[in-house]
Amino acid sequence: MAETLKPGSGPLDYGNRLWLKILFVAIFIALYAPIATLIAFSFNTDKRGVVWRGFTWDNYEKAWNNVALQEALLNSLTIAFIATIIATIIGAMAALFLWRFRFPFKPAYEGVMALPIVIPEICMGVSLLLFFIYTGMMGWSVGMPWPLNLINIIIAHVAFCFPFVAVVVRSRLVGFNRQLEEASKDLGASEWQTFWNVILPFMMPGLVAGALLAFTLSLDDFVITFFTSGPETVTFPVKVYSLVRRGVSPEINAASTVLIVITVIATIIAMKLQAPQKTGEG
Amino acid sequence: MAEPIIALRNVTKTFPGGVKAVDDVSFDIDQNEFFALLGPSGCGKTTLLRMISGLETPTSGQIIIGGEDMALTPPNKRPTNMVFQSYAVFPHMTVADNVAYGLKVTGVPTEETKRRVAEALDMVKLTHLAARKPDQMSGGQRQRVALARALVKRPKVLLLDEPLSALDAKLRDEMRLELTRLQENVGITFIIVTHDQDEALSMASRIAVMDKGAVQQIATPSELYEQPTSRFIADFIGKVNLINATVVSSTPKKLVCDARGLGRIELPHDGRAAGDIAIAVRPEKLKITDTQPKAAKKISTEGKVRDVAYYGDTSHVVVRCKDDLELSVNVQNDSRVGGSGVERGQKVWIHWAPEDTLVLTE
Repeated sequence: MAETLKPGSGPLDYGNRLWLKILFVAIFIALYAPIATLIAFSFNTDKRGVVWRGFTWDNYEKAWNNVALQEALLNSLTIAFIATIIATIIGAMAALFLWRFRFPFKPAYEGVMALPIVIPEICMGVSLLLFFIYTGMMGWSVGMPWPLNLINIIIAHVAFCFPFVAVVVRSRLVGFNRQLEEASKDLGASEWQTFWNVILPFMMPGLVAGALLAFTLSLDDFVITFFTSGPETVTFPVKVYSLVRRGVSPEINAASTVLIVITVIATIIAMKLQAPQKTGEG
Repeated sequence: MAEPIIALRNVTKTFPGGVKAVDDVSFDIDQNEFFALLGPSGCGKTTLLRMISGLETPTSGQIIIGGEDMALTPPNKRPTNMVFQSYAVFPHMTVADNVAYGLKVTGVPTEETKRRVAEALDMVKLTHLAARKPDQMSGGQRQRVALARALVKRPKVLLLDEPLSALDAKLRDEMRLELTRLQENVGITFIIVTHDQDEALSMASRIAVMDKGAVQQIATPSELYEQPTSRFIADFIGKVNLINATVVSSTPKKLVCDARGLGRIELPHDGRAAGDIAIAVRPEKLKITDTQPKAAKKISTEGKVRDVAYYGDTSHVVVRCKDDLELSVNVQNDSRVGGSGVERGQKVWIHWAPEDTLVLTE
């Protein structure tokens, strides 16, 4: 007679074991306790923000009225917005190119294109700084009126954002039924009409997901921005960093919470759009 | 006779890597024909269809459509439209938008587009689903969308790539009837690609059988079945008993040969033959009797029943004869009692008329 298994001991029932449940909760606490604390203390009435004294919205008001933070946030949003548009266009074009054509050294090209995803940010930051110095752009952009003085940061952000867009759009295109393209041409459409009417609508979820990803990456980037920004151009993360060095205030907690919320919302939308869909099978 | 709607002249397609998918194919397709390209997978039939549509360009040769050489004309400039194997219905458009697409991109006025779309939807009985998206439809309905979308363009030739292969058996029979009816109604040339001989035989007015990139025979369904020109076709179309034979003597009207398991037989035959040949006879032409047939003109042999497969209307009987020759016989089960009337192991006689025998020299 074979051994009988205990209920809940099957390979898919591991989640029912007590020690695994405890481990699961512990990991969650380790990951999210700091963020939860940050958000909680953004509502603290205590000035130094170490002891909990009571609930208030004052910190948000103060953060909102802080001119330096305002300016930094506006810079960040402007950079993120422009960089996202450019990165999405370049990324989509790269994805289309890699999907559509066969050419020598294609795998090598694909690998090199995705390099900014894996390269340490610090290296990316230093290399971009050196690039701007050698080309003279570091000094050249300082005197320009806003938002042109942000151009270095925008270029840097496009450089590290577009591979993410390209990867997302490319994986979307893998599911495209080439017969849809052929059907479009067979029905009398030109290459351009086929692109606008058939291929682009199919790419759309990938484009939006890639764009949102690029937006969040650009918005909260610190390292690369720190290296490539001039003295006049401060972004939100860089500003927060400089404020924190003079001590943590609940005001920064409030501002950071806002940034977290924006990022989380954008990421959720991006993931929703990226989820596998049945459309496109024709 | 009107000039052919499609004329293929020495069409050849060699793919990069040296594979010859279509090898020097030449034939004509007439106006209003329901023409089938039939062959095993990889025989080049789909490549040939794609060259007619313009999705593939021939390596050499001419493709004349409506009197004009279109071998190098892009697909969007050809008077042909295609129903794809996967249907390729645009997933982000409604049924009506799908059907209107081909008219919109070529600048047909809105009013006319509306009218023609309504007509086309009516033709395939989809008017009530005009506002649906393709993912809410069944395979059969999506195929109708693909049909309407192609027909609304009023092409000179409609191309269908394995149109029934993705449908279940019952729907396939329905669609088969509907396609032939549709072809009669719209009065344009249909070219269908299929690997299914039943489909080709039941729908097409003419069939081109292809193998290894070349056309083996072009004929009407009944000619193809009763007068195949080669062993390949006899074997590919329907079931057949192929028997090796050696020619003893050949005159313009008569052929005498030694056939395996049958001995020396005399067959009516036009033209001369020599050496090793094959004779072929369809299973339904064979008759089974318990005793030796009296008619002297028949070809007959004795054997033992090895297998009986019951199919309801018919039974397929396999009989082993002399020299290990195995013959398949279709027996009509025309009486409710007794079935085919033969049992495994039973000794029987098989006979058939010499004129039902095909002589295949190729």
